[in-house]
Amino acid sequence: MSVPRPARRFSALPVFALLALLLSAGLMPLRAQDWVHIGSNIPDGSQRIRLAAADMKPVGTDPQTPILKATFDATLFNDLSNAGIFDMVSKSMAPPVTPGSPQEINLAQWAAAPANAAMVAFGALSASNGRLVVYGWVYDAHNAASPQVLGKQYTDVANPDMARTLAHKFADDIIARLGGGIDGIAETKLYFVSARNGSKQIWAMDYDGQNQHEVVNSGTLSLSPRISPDNSTLAFATLGRQGWAIRMYSLNLGRMIAFPAGSTGGSNLSPAWSADGNRVAFSSSRSGDPEIWVADSNGGNLRKLTAFRGPDVSPVWNPRTSAQIAWVSGRTGLPQIYIMDTDGGNIQRMTDGGYAISPSWSPNGQFLAFSWNRKYGPGAPGGQDIYVMDIASLRWIQLTHDAGSNDFPSWSPDGRHLVFERAIGGRTAIWSMLADGTQQQQLTHTGRDFMPNWSWK
Amino acid sequence: MENHQNPLQQRRSKTLITRKHVVSILVCAAALTILAGCKKKPAPQAATPPPVTAPSPTAQLTATPTTITAGDQVVLSWRTVDATSVSIDGIGDVPSSGVKTVTPTASTTYHLTARGDGGSTDATARVTVNAPQMAVAVPQDNSNTMTAEQMFKANVQDVFFDYDSYDVRSTDDAVLSKAAAYLAAHPEIKVLIGGYCDERGSNEYNLTLGESRANSAKKLLVQDGIAPDRLRVVSYGKEKPFCTESTEECWQQNRRAGFSIDQ
Repeated sequence: MSVPRPARRFSALPVFALLALLLSAGLMPLRAQDWVHIGSNIPDGSQRIRLAAADMKPVGTDPQTPILKATFDATLFNDLSNAGIFDMVSKSMAPPVTPGSPQEINLAQWAAAPANAAMVAFGALSASNGRLVVYGWVYDAHNAASPQVLGKQYTDVANPDMARTLAHKFADDIIARLGGGIDGIAETKLYFVSARNGSKQIWAMDYDGQNQHEVVNSGTLSLSPRISPDNSTLAFATLGRQGWAIRMYSLNLGRMIAFPAGSTGGSNLSPAWSADGNRVAFSSSRSGDPEIWVADSNGGNLRKLTAFRGPDVSPVWNPRTSAQIAWVSGRTGLPQIYIMDTDGGNIQRMTDGGYAISPSWSPNGQFLAFSWNRKYGPGAPGGQDIYVMDIASLRWIQLTHDAGSNDFPSWSPDGRHLVFERAIGGRTAIWSMLADGTQQQQLTHTGRDFMPNWSWK
Repeated sequence: MENHQNPLQQRRSKTLITRKHVVSILVCAAALTILAGCKKKPAPQAATPPPVTAPSPTAQLTATPTTITAGDQVVLSWRTVDATSVSIDGIGDVPSSGVKTVTPTASTTYHLTARGDGGSTDATARVTVNAPQMAVAVPQDNSNTMTAEQMFKANVQDVFFDYDSYDVRSTDDAVLSKAAAYLAAHPEIKVLIGGYCDERGSNEYNLTLGESRANSAKKLLVQDGIAPDRLRVVSYGKEKPFCTESTEECWQQNRRAGFSIDQ
């Protein structure tokens, strides 16, 4: 500041040169990730809210309380850590007294080192007469005059499943309040294919890998589960005597429902819902060659979008507009990612080579995630990895590195997360990660789980 | 770049000429394998002291018989000790001990993995599948000695594809011409053409690739005068492999259009 102006002007040139050098060399990877962080609303480390999640204070003497409390505490902390927007205060840094109500919290202690919390989530949990009741608060540690950010009561049947569910609800309420207006994903589900009991069938689990269970057993090989935007109907492909058909299963009715457009000859594969739930795109070879077709979700108004020799498969809609479809085409040899308008026009190739498959379109319409082997071919063993591409600029970033063969990325509804399939040594598992490739975690462990699909909110 | 004569055909022609020799060689090979296996086993055990915490699982897998003709059944039986999860490639998770009947259509090495607290142990069993007696060596008059299925298999042979290609190799034109001639002479037969891919790449993309492979074979049969409504195409992608090893030979076995009688 005290440096006189002329002197500053002279010294500016080498500083700029140095800056330019730094930017072009060491800082490039950082800048390359910025667009992913901005586009997926994942704050950089320094901008994350420092959040403490205190253990719930147990109330009453019901023998179930300790196990329910432990489940709730672990689930809540895990949900908030997974959210990708918080810098979580380690449990070991919490002040010694566990606050069970606003009267019991000493905000100054939480605001001070070592916790250094900006926000504190806390509350009380009780189980009595088979009911689980949780009082949860979030307080601003630096606003002693008016600290309350959130205060809510949650109640349900007293069992570990519901303790997890209530923790998910509290986490999502916290994320909705502190996460820049984007709802949390703690209550979302993942649908996937599992062959753990023999043949490939459609399964579901909570977003964090808990509560894994079979949803539909079609009695025959089933692939590519895709849940409708209202989370009511599963579309998937099954291998019947007459070949592959798209079938629909109503979660509300608990039975299959008709989708006649999906079973009229040829292989019918890889269904995809438009964001309004009114249309379904899929691959069908009913006209001879595998092409992308679209039908209304009740099966009517069927039409073919592509017409080019070679495989066309794995369509996904732009969920923001429902006016574009991305898909995989082998029209020029190895499979590449393309996008087109939903009338089949404006075809644009997105990938410049290699083996590119399994696109998933981000909820805000900005990104494609897909699986890519950039050095595919005999004698050139490249990795099959997950990539994210910015559609407008075609720039991309590789999210997985040197860890098995990765496929079938699927965006979470908050656009901050991806779930995907990873195969290592013949064992295939479902994994999730943040959209910048960090926080990778394995969700299934049977070695026979495939093709995850993230539910809509 | 690729070996254009498919391995199955090679095996079939060898089988034809010197079937007895092959059998004796196989017996010798099996004996050698067993001997070699016996010699190898004690070495690693001596080198590594047994773990203190949990014993590593033991696993045995046998196939009876070890040599069959396509279409015959093989009984797999396995026994494991100290395993918490046991799986056989291509079959999936299985009980710790058990018996299962399989009908391999091509030579297969069954691979069992037993996992336990003390680590994991593998066991394998090889089944050699010989093609049925060749029709080319049998005059048509004696066809009643073969089943219709065997006659079909002998005359309508599978065709194999290059890596990521769905174009029928020119060397396989003769295979399809022979198939078309047989089908033209047997108008009552309807055919199921299955499209298959190797294990690499996406399930969904491979299903369309398998579809395109089966369609390529169908197109050539139609060009040779077979009515399209006698030919049904189903793609199996990489979902129903003939062979489950990660080797080029095995991948080649799986990149095929496979023919069967559509019943």
